[in-house]
Amino acid sequence: MKMKGARIIVESLLKEGVEHMFGYPGGVVIPIFHELFDAPLNFVLSRHEQGAIHAADGYARACGKPGIVLATSGPGATNLITGLATAYMDSIPLVVLTGQVSTEMIGNDAFQEADVTGITRPVTKHNYLVQDVRDLAKTIKEAFYIATTGRPGPVLIDIPVNISNAETEYIYPETVEIRSYKPNYKGHPVQITKAVEMIAASKKPVVYAGGGIILSEASKELQEFIRKTGIPITTTLLGMGAYPETDELSLEMLGMHGTYYANHAVHESDLLIAIGARFDDRVTGKITEFIPHAKVIHIDIDPASVSKNVVVDIPIVGDCKTVLKDLNKKVIAPDIDEWVKHVKAMKKDNPLFYEDVEDVIKPQYVIERIYELTKGDSIIATEVGQNQMWAAQFYKYTQPRTFISSGGLGTMGFGLPAAIGAQIAYPDKQVFNIAGDGSIQMNIQELIVAVQLRLPVVIAILNNGFLGMVRQWQQLFYDKRYSSTCLECSPDFVKLAEAYGAIGIRVEKKSDVDAAIKEAISQTQIPVVIDFRVDREENVYPMVPAGKSVKDIIMRELA
Amino acid sequence: MNHLNQYVLSVKVENKTGVLARVVGLFSARGYSIDSLSVSKTQHDDVSVITIVVKGDDRVIEQVKKQLNKLIDIIKVTDHTTVSSAQREIAMIKLQLSPVKRVEIFQIAQTFNAEIIDLSQKTITFQIVGPPNKVENFIDIMRPYGIKELIRSGRISFLRESHNL
Ligand SMILES: Cc1ncc(C[n+]2csc(CCOP(=O)(O)OP(=O)(O)O)c2C)c(N)n1
Repeated sequence: MKMKGARIIVESLLKEGVEHMFGYPGGVVIPIFHELFDAPLNFVLSRHEQGAIHAADGYARACGKPGIVLATSGPGATNLITGLATAYMDSIPLVVLTGQVSTEMIGNDAFQEADVTGITRPVTKHNYLVQDVRDLAKTIKEAFYIATTGRPGPVLIDIPVNISNAETEYIYPETVEIRSYKPNYKGHPVQITKAVEMIAASKKPVVYAGGGIILSEASKELQEFIRKTGIPITTTLLGMGAYPETDELSLEMLGMHGTYYANHAVHESDLLIAIGARFDDRVTGKITEFIPHAKVIHIDIDPASVSKNVVVDIPIVGDCKTVLKDLNKKVIAPDIDEWVKHVKAMKKDNPLFYEDVEDVIKPQYVIERIYELTKGDSIIATEVGQNQMWAAQFYKYTQPRTFISSGGLGTMGFGLPAAIGAQIAYPDKQVFNIAGDGSIQMNIQELIVAVQLRLPVVIAILNNGFLGMVRQWQQLFYDKRYSSTCLECSPDFVKLAEAYGAIGIRVEKKSDVDAAIKEAISQTQIPVVIDFRVDREENVYPMVPAGKSVKDIIMRELA
Repeated sequence: MNHLNQYVLSVKVENKTGVLARVVGLFSARGYSIDSLSVSKTQHDDVSVITIVVKGDDRVIEQVKKQLNKLIDIIKVTDHTTVSSAQREIAMIKLQLSPVKRVEIFQIAQTFNAEIIDLSQKTITFQIVGPPNKVENFIDIMRPYGIKELIRSGRISFLRESHNL
C-alpha cells in the first residue's frame, strides 16, 4: 500500500511492538505527530527533550524493551545529546527519531537546522540520515535491530520533513541483513574449556559481574554459576540486582564507594571472572595495583571491551547468558573453603557503616528505611552524587532491573525522568527517585508529567544543601574550599511539589522519616516529593580515592 | 607520552555517507592526527577501502582497531603494518628549471622512473610513483633544486599473496 513517510514511521513502530514512546513536537515533525494523533500507542509528552530521552532510557532499563524517542530538528535534537551519551555509555537500547529540515535545505543554515548525524556520531551506536522515503521502513527495521542486538545502544534516525511527507509503497522488511554487523553470541568452546580448567584450579576466585548480565537477562544463569561453584561475587553499580545482595556469597558493589570486602576480595584474588563488566576506572582505581595476583577471565559481547584496561588471560567474546549457559554445563567447583571463610569473615568484620544519631537525619538512614518499608520490592532510580552511592550501598537489590542509574556518564537529572519511564513500564510497582537537592533541579520540569499521568513516583530528596559529592571531594582533597558547591538558595521543595499538583512533605526529624515514607507509598495516583533535610556534611564511605588502590581506602570520617 | 609507532591500516567499508567521518572520528577523538589517508571504491561499487597511515601508541591503536571493527558500516579492518604488502604513493613535484641544472635533474628523474607531466619555460613537473621511501627519497634529492610545489597522495596498500617479495 502507498503511504506517506510519516505514516510509514508509525506503522513501523507498531510493527516493532512499540507501546510507549517519549518526546516533544516541533515544526518538522508535525507530520509524524499528525499520524500519532490516533495511533494505538501511548505517546508521553515530556517537558524537555532531555526528560523524554531519559524517560525512554529508564523505561528500557526497567523492562528490557528499547526506549523510543521522537523530537524535532535543531534545538529539539541537540537537547537529546546528554541522553544519548548517557544511554551509549551504559549500553541501553534506544531508537531515537529526530526531524530534520527538508533535504534540499540541508547545509543552508536553514531555520532549526543542525547537523544531527554529525553531532551524535560519537554518542550513538549508529545513526542514519534518511534521504529517500523508500529507505525509511528498512532503516527503522535496521535501527531496532542494531539498538537491541550485540552490545545494545542508542540508534538515531534523522528524518527530513520532505521524507515524512513523501509517499511510497509501504513494505516492512521481515528480516535484517547487514553484512558488516554480525554480533557473536556464542563463546568459543576452546576458551570455555580453558576457563573451566582455570576456575577449577583457582584458590581465591571472585566473580565481578556488570551491567552486561542485566542487559542479556543472564541473572538466572549467573546465580546457577555461583551455586555450582560457590565463588563469592561482587557487582558493579550497573550490575546491582543481577545477584541477590542478601545472599551470603554476595560482596555487593565494588569500586570507589564499594564495600571493603568486595574491594579487598578482588585485590587478594588469584582469579577474577569478569562477566559483562568493562573495568571502568571507578571500579579499578589505580589500574596497576588493582589485581596484583589475579589471572583474568573476561566474558563480554564487545570485543573492544576485552583487554582494554587490563590484560586478560582468557577472553570469551559472547553474550553473557549464552556463555554462562555453556559454562554451567561444564564448570567444576574449585576447592575454596578457606578462601570463602576468609571472605565471609572480612564481610562480617567490615560492614557498610554510618554513625546513626538521633538529632539529625542521616541520609543512609533514609535509604535503609525505604528498603525496609517497601520490603526491598521497589524500583530505585537515582540521580548522581552521594544520593546515588547511598542508594547503591544501603538498599539491598535482589532482582535485576530494580536499580536504575546513570553509571558511565554520571548524568545529574537522569533520575526523575528515568523513574517516570520505569513507572510507565511497571504501573503497579513502587518506584522511587532517590535525589539530591542539586540533581533534582536539573529536570524538575518532568514532575508535571508524573502528575498528568497520575504516576505515583516518590521523589526522595536527600537535601543536604550542597552539591554533596563535589563538596566531599573538596573537603577531603581540596582544603575544604567549598567553591560553588553550597546550594544556599534553593526552592521550597514542598511548595514546588504543590505548585505542580504533587504532594510535598518536609521531614526534619528522624522520628518522622517512617511516617513520610508510609504516606508516600500509600499514594496510587499522585507523585510525592519528600524533602528530607539530612545531615549537611555526611560523606560517602568507604572511599578509594580516584587513581588510588584499595590500600588507600578511607573507611570513615577522620577526626 | 609513550613511544609512537607508525601503523598502516586498511579498512574495508560500505560506501555510504558518513563512513569516513566515523572512521576518522575515532582517531581525532584521541588527539591523533592522520599522516595519510586514501579512500576509493573497489571492484564493487558499494565497497570502498580506506587506507590510513597514523602514528600511535601500540595499545591505543589496538583499541582503535577493535573500535573500527565495531562500527556498523565497517566490513573489515586489516593491519598492514608488519605483513607483506605492496605500498604505493604518488607525488607530483614542480621544480624551478634553471638551464644549468637541467641535465642533472633529468638524470635523477630517469633513475627514479619519474614521469614528466608538465614542462614550461621556467618549470618542470614530475610525477613519481612508488613505495613511500622511494617517493621520500626522490623528494629529498630534488629539494636542493628548489621545489615550487609538491603534493602527495595518501598511501594505498595491497596485501601480497606471496611472502617473499
Ligand atoms: C550534569 C552533571 N553536571 C555536573 C556533574 C558533577 N557532579 C557530580 S555529583 C555532583 C553533585 C550532586 O549534588 P546533589 O544532586 O545535590 O547530590 P548529593 O551529592 O548532594 O547527594 C555534581 C555537581 C554531574 N555528574 N552531572
